[in-house]
Amino acid sequence: MPDVLDLTIIWAFIIAFAVFAYVVMDGFDLGLGMLFPFFPRKQDRDVMMNTVAPVWDGNETWLVLGGGGLFAAFPLAYAVLMPALYTPIIAMLLGLVFRGVAFEFRWRSQRERNLWDIAFAGGSLLATLAQGIALGAILQGIKVSGRIYGGGWWDWLTPFSVLTGLALVAGYGLLGATWLVMKTNGDLRDRAYVLSWRFLVATLLAIAVVSLATPFLEAEYWRRWFAWPNILLTAPVPIAVAAVTLLLVNSLSNKQDYRPFFLSLVLFALSYAGLGISMFPYIVPRSITIWQAAAPTNSQQFMLVGVAIMVPIILIYTAFAYWVFRGKVDHGTGYH
Amino acid sequence: MLEGLDAVVLARAQFAFTMSFHIIFPAFSIGLASYLAVLEALWLWSGREVFINLFNYWLKIFAVAFGMGVVSGIVMSYQFGTNWAAFSDKTGPVIGPLMAYEVLTAFFLEAGFLGVMLFGLKRVGPRLHFFATLMVAVGTLISAFWILSANSWMQTPAGYAINAAGQYIAADWWKVIFNPSFPYRLVHMVLAAYLTTAFVVGAVGAFHLLRDSVGDGPRVMFSMAMWMAALVAPVQILAGDQHGLNTLEHQPAKVMAMEGHFQSHPDGAPLILFGLPSQDRATVDYALQIPKASSLILKHSLDAPLKGLDSVPRENWPYVPIVFWSFRIMVGIGFLMLGLGLFSLLARWRGALYQWRPLHWMALMMGPAGFIAVLAGWVTTEAGRQPFTVYGLLRTVDAASPLAAPAVASSLIAFVIVYFVVFAAGAVYILRLMAAPPHHGEEGPSAEMPGRAAGLTPAVASVAAGPSHQGRT
Repeated sequence: MPDVLDLTIIWAFIIAFAVFAYVVMDGFDLGLGMLFPFFPRKQDRDVMMNTVAPVWDGNETWLVLGGGGLFAAFPLAYAVLMPALYTPIIAMLLGLVFRGVAFEFRWRSQRERNLWDIAFAGGSLLATLAQGIALGAILQGIKVSGRIYGGGWWDWLTPFSVLTGLALVAGYGLLGATWLVMKTNGDLRDRAYVLSWRFLVATLLAIAVVSLATPFLEAEYWRRWFAWPNILLTAPVPIAVAAVTLLLVNSLSNKQDYRPFFLSLVLFALSYAGLGISMFPYIVPRSITIWQAAAPTNSQQFMLVGVAIMVPIILIYTAFAYWVFRGKVDHGTGYH
Repeated sequence: MLEGLDAVVLARAQFAFTMSFHIIFPAFSIGLASYLAVLEALWLWSGREVFINLFNYWLKIFAVAFGMGVVSGIVMSYQFGTNWAAFSDKTGPVIGPLMAYEVLTAFFLEAGFLGVMLFGLKRVGPRLHFFATLMVAVGTLISAFWILSANSWMQTPAGYAINAAGQYIAADWWKVIFNPSFPYRLVHMVLAAYLTTAFVVGAVGAFHLLRDSVGDGPRVMFSMAMWMAALVAPVQILAGDQHGLNTLEHQPAKVMAMEGHFQSHPDGAPLILFGLPSQDRATVDYALQIPKASSLILKHSLDAPLKGLDSVPRENWPYVPIVFWSFRIMVGIGFLMLGLGLFSLLARWRGALYQWRPLHWMALMMGPAGFIAVLAGWVTTEAGRQPFTVYGLLRTVDAASPLAAPAVASSLIAFVIVYFVVFAAGAVYILRLMAAPPHHGEEGPSAEMPGRAAGLTPAVASVAAGPSHQGRT
């Protein structure tokens, strides 16, 4: 029995890792898309697009692994969550369709370039909002009857889910702006610094509001974060957030290139850990635990072999792809 | 009850629609990725410039098609959950791992090396770049392996048990993956992808030969494509026949629908070439048939008895007219492909491959044939499986999500609008790329596009994109 237990926890971490890898990687390129309206000049947009063009496809694959992994390792959770989040998921997919094709299409016609720029920015915004709303909808709890979703078509839409949607827009905006700081030069980088400040303030505000609102969703969230002695374990998270914020402010003030982006990622990691603390061990909050949703042991074992062999290899060639396209991208001088 | 049924019909329509759009791109990109690998290998091996020109020419088309395949594929991977939740819960322990292996072994491989393949030739050098191209091509084939294994398991489930929660679980992974119809389906699909690509390449070559384009690019394309048609089309017909025998063994009702056999034939079944099947009256009207030929094909004996749908409970019948017609379209195109391949051999033998205009016209018209055949074949196999999602085990009505009809209807409308806008634009861009002939010093995506390029300005880029591009802007 204990090894069954372990396998399910391992799988919960694998899915959590895949989702986080997606947030880390696609987050900045979605954020970059949402920043398009702040950079109306064509050559700026060309450079922005080129900083992510060779890697976006790999970034998005983590979303497929997160969804596919959930389907495989926790089929019951997948079967309940997807209908519960029907509208945000469809909206996200349609947003991703638009922004995904924009990478190729905007180069192919002078006349329609502006339209594909709008599709890229709008698709990125729609996908981000939908992801944030889905997250909020999961946190606030999902009705289940038997082995199927038991709520209505619009249950996902609440003030809290809208709040988490906007929070993610702010967060991805910060990732996109600091990514631009890292990958560009000159005037473009200067404006990316300004945007980094704005989105940092918005992100911190969002973290604060969502953190304060979450414990009020459920008594259990409150106990987990603030009851003694749990607070000893949970307090380091907000303390670390404060410390990272100071470092971020410092690195932006000193106009550093790399640190703002990586510190923003740390900020995301901390917020993500906070979500994990709130949710564990539920995979469909307050209804289904990871053990209830888990696939049979032989499915988990069979896939674990694949993950153990393939994920390190994937990380190596993903790193290789980023290495090949390392360094700053300038208009006219990039991609020799 | 009626409302629930409506949601299921709408969910099926949505799946059929998004899947029909999606399948076109893998069918094209599996073949094209292999073609690109062959072109780059030929270039490295022979050093002839025409091969790298063709490589860069088709690479740009591949980039657009692959992008559309990726976005429509992400939609597919989430649709199991949104529209088919009961299916996801019940089959997740079996199908899920196969899909997860596809992501782990194929998607990441393709996506990881795609950027290097598209933009990295000058960054990593020819050998490493060729490795990237090879990895993308291998990735598409691995992807086909897993997705067809999953699909075949839904057609001919094997190696499973049922647990207390009512889920299908794997009793034997080997039997799950290599289920009875999988080898046939995999071979049939990969060959279909290669033929589809060959006919597109052949049509583009023929188009430029008809326009008297100078340069050897169109000739090389046309010749390679016609070799493919002549050599692979007969193999595909053979593979299809073997697949049919396998289907007769494991999904007899599907074959009965394909053949239009409503009635059993105890002493030799006729081959119905054409006719109008009526589901209600269980007859094929105006049938044009060859006596005993169906028994000959399926049982290799003129008088072998063949059962009809009257031996199957009516509630387990697939909808015959769709299966009947889609099957005929697929087979008809298969034989047209064979005919064109043989015609090209004749032209080659007479030394007129690049001069014989009727051949070029035919190749041009046959350009989209592969896509139609793939779609028709997919409709045959999927509609022929109905009314089951997992053949004989899980009915389609029991596989759906607990959704209200308006939710499914509005998402269906959204998909239809978005797909038509996005994929029509993509088709236009691909046709524009094809309208210009491959030229001397053809550049890949990296050089044509400003910013991705080594110092090209947008003005230069629009010139590099060719006359047809400029003519429209």
